[in-house]
Amino acid sequence: MAWTWFHRLGSPPYIYGLATRLTAWFAWPAGLLIAYGLYAGLFVAPADYQQGDGYRIIFLHAPSAYMSVMVYTVMAISAGIGLIWRIKIAHAAAASCAVVGATFTVLTLVTGSLWGKPMWGTYWEWDPRLTSELLLLFLYLGYMGLRSAFDDVQRADRASAVLAIVGIIDVPIIHFSVIWWNSLHQAPSLMKFGKPSMPPEMYLPILAVFLGFTLLFAALLLTRLRAEVLNRERTATWIREVVSA
Amino acid sequence: MIEFLDMGGYAFYVWTAYGIVIAGLILNIVWARRSLQQARQAARRRLAIKGETP
Repeated sequence: MAWTWFHRLGSPPYIYGLATRLTAWFAWPAGLLIAYGLYAGLFVAPADYQQGDGYRIIFLHAPSAYMSVMVYTVMAISAGIGLIWRIKIAHAAAASCAVVGATFTVLTLVTGSLWGKPMWGTYWEWDPRLTSELLLLFLYLGYMGLRSAFDDVQRADRASAVLAIVGIIDVPIIHFSVIWWNSLHQAPSLMKFGKPSMPPEMYLPILAVFLGFTLLFAALLLTRLRAEVLNRERTATWIREVVSA
Repeated sequence: MIEFLDMGGYAFYVWTAYGIVIAGLILNIVWARRSLQQARQAARRRLAIKGETP
């Protein structure tokens, strides 16, 4: 009895309806949190004592970097669930993550570059943190490329799932790169145990953007998942009802 | 105001970063909605064709 909800989560029509109903509940808070966080990052947070106003890129860069890794983790876990338990909806969810995750990775690299030029004197350096983040972008691109190489969805699911799972090794490498190796990049000041190394006027906007990006990802994931389900279910009778409106 | 826009001399870096991120977020919303629309249209076409040939 208590497990019926779990079985329903594997049912495409149930998931489609649930995703339709939930999207707005994620999208609107996401918009508000991102707007607040970016506003507070520009207007409320004080200037940095060393970097002046140049540090304000952090309000974009840190949340984007967190998303690039978090979305990959969600993608790899979904792909793993799909591969091990042969749950189609999990494969569909994994496939729905790739574009969003790749975008956040590009945004991380671009904002990092724009921050690196004035502070480090260079747009790019083959530094452990930067290089492992670039590898993450290639993993996303490889995942998408591999999927599009198959005409058969099930074969695409299985092959791309293996790539996603193997690639997860890059996630701890990115996180610990600044601790294990001598990196230009600073060590975490927020994603660590203990007190953040900054005042609340600085870290609250970062947390708002973090949360806003996470909710936006949820809304995008649900929208893309609906598209995936429609494309996969092909001619199921329930589809007629949901697309005729 | 000018001082704020100047970002302490970092205007180019800060504003370019903000512009690119906001553009990236909006693009993702557009792409996701478009992929859903395309899937719905494809499903409609598919089902209509299937219905016409009993």
